[in-house]
Amino acid sequence: MAYSDKAKDFYKSELSGMHKAGTFKEERFIESPQAANISVEYPVGSPPKEVLNFCANNYLGLSSHPEVVKAAHEGLDSRGYGMSSVRFICGTQDIHDKLEKKLSEFLGTEATVLFASCMDANAGVFDVVLGKEDAMISDRLVHASIVDGMRLCKAQLYNYKHSNMDHLEEKLKETQDCRFRMIITDGVFSMDGDIAKLDKIVELAKKYDAMVMVDDSHATGFMGKNGRGTHEHCGVLGEIDIITTTLGKALGGASGGCVSGPKEIVDLCRQRARPYLFSNTVPPVIITAANKVIDLISKTTDRRDKLEENTKYFREKITTSGFDIKEGVHAIVPIMLYNAKLAQDMARDMYSEGIYVIGFSFPVVAKGQARIRVQISAGHEKEHLDKAIAAFTKVGEKYKILGKGKKEIIEMYGY
Amino acid sequence: MSEETKNLIIDYVKKEYLEEEDEQEVDENTPLISSGIVDSFSMVSLKMFLEKKFSVKIPDEKATTEAFDSVNNIMDLLKEFNVR
Repeated sequence: MAYSDKAKDFYKSELSGMHKAGTFKEERFIESPQAANISVEYPVGSPPKEVLNFCANNYLGLSSHPEVVKAAHEGLDSRGYGMSSVRFICGTQDIHDKLEKKLSEFLGTEATVLFASCMDANAGVFDVVLGKEDAMISDRLVHASIVDGMRLCKAQLYNYKHSNMDHLEEKLKETQDCRFRMIITDGVFSMDGDIAKLDKIVELAKKYDAMVMVDDSHATGFMGKNGRGTHEHCGVLGEIDIITTTLGKALGGASGGCVSGPKEIVDLCRQRARPYLFSNTVPPVIITAANKVIDLISKTTDRRDKLEENTKYFREKITTSGFDIKEGVHAIVPIMLYNAKLAQDMARDMYSEGIYVIGFSFPVVAKGQARIRVQISAGHEKEHLDKAIAAFTKVGEKYKILGKGKKEIIEMYGY
Repeated sequence: MSEETKNLIIDYVKKEYLEEEDEQEVDENTPLISSGIVDSFSMVSLKMFLEKKFSVKIPDEKATTEAFDSVNNIMDLLKEFNVR
């Protein structure tokens, strides 16, 4: 063993630097299933506290839905716990194939391949389809997993200002000589809850002969009239070349992700995507539960409709209460506070009021853009939303920020 | 190094990284990376611009966040490649 004092001291100082900078992420222990009401042990060692959860990606409230849990039990009973294999050796069951076909149908694509996570899907897909004679042209605010995936790919990397279509067009003009070009974006951006202009992106892609890749993790299951995702919301269903998405958010929230698109690309991912080839298969319990989730949301849009209503209600009420929010229609509602300490202090006070929310600041968001990110769920009832709004109002009054805009909050608290 | 080179880089930074509504001023001493104007992911455009414009190849080990943290630092880096 050669874990020297020198190494130990180095790692300790790295950690203490994070504590000092306020960037150390502490985990809270939840002692109940994921839901609108949860029981949390925080700080560690304290008695569990009942709080309302407003920071989960449980958009459709399906994480602990009885039918989903039942389907998971059935999967465990009929197909066992683990597969002890990657997909291509002896890790593919009939239910994996069934889920991949269902996902293709739901997303409106030709074929789908499951990955252990959407992080893995994004880490693997670019290197499979693009080489050094190609160009990746990405929005600057794409998710970290896409950034990592692009770094693993040899294609030339270009990026455009967030959702700026003129800048994207400039980059498309700059890369005319490349063999293949791919425009890469999130469908919904996770920190702002804003939606990629997929209609405009598809138009530019056609004009300049580029492919389009969308990570729709924060949209699959509820964006668009039938919940198919951002492409449905933007009226370009069937016009996105590659969609990556997750089973870890609206679709039951366990884990797993996928690459969905043309058959050739999906087949190549099965042959060449390293995170797919070298990760264990997604376990049967998740597969049978995810199959049930797709059935539930294909049968009725009730849950996505309720989420839409809840979101509209919360956005309206929180705005009339005097908060400065990022406008939009998505269930991610950023409450802008600009100052990192203010965001942290308010999130802590909200917790005391029984509302679990998290403050985000640099480097997760740009400097001077600190916020509390609220996430609405179809699992929330109106009284949950009212309780959260009342708590926000009480805490907002304490910090005297109600009715104040960006300039005034910065004047009071600084960046 | 010429005033012209400096202004060329400043203009590129403004055009490439700032939005029209940004009130941020950029001069040769403005921190670019540590201020968040340019994040490490977007730095690649700046590197590519410098390489094309001045016909140089900046090796990855020289393209550090420190070397790109201000127009002055970038000019110091370019001097190593005899850009005037």
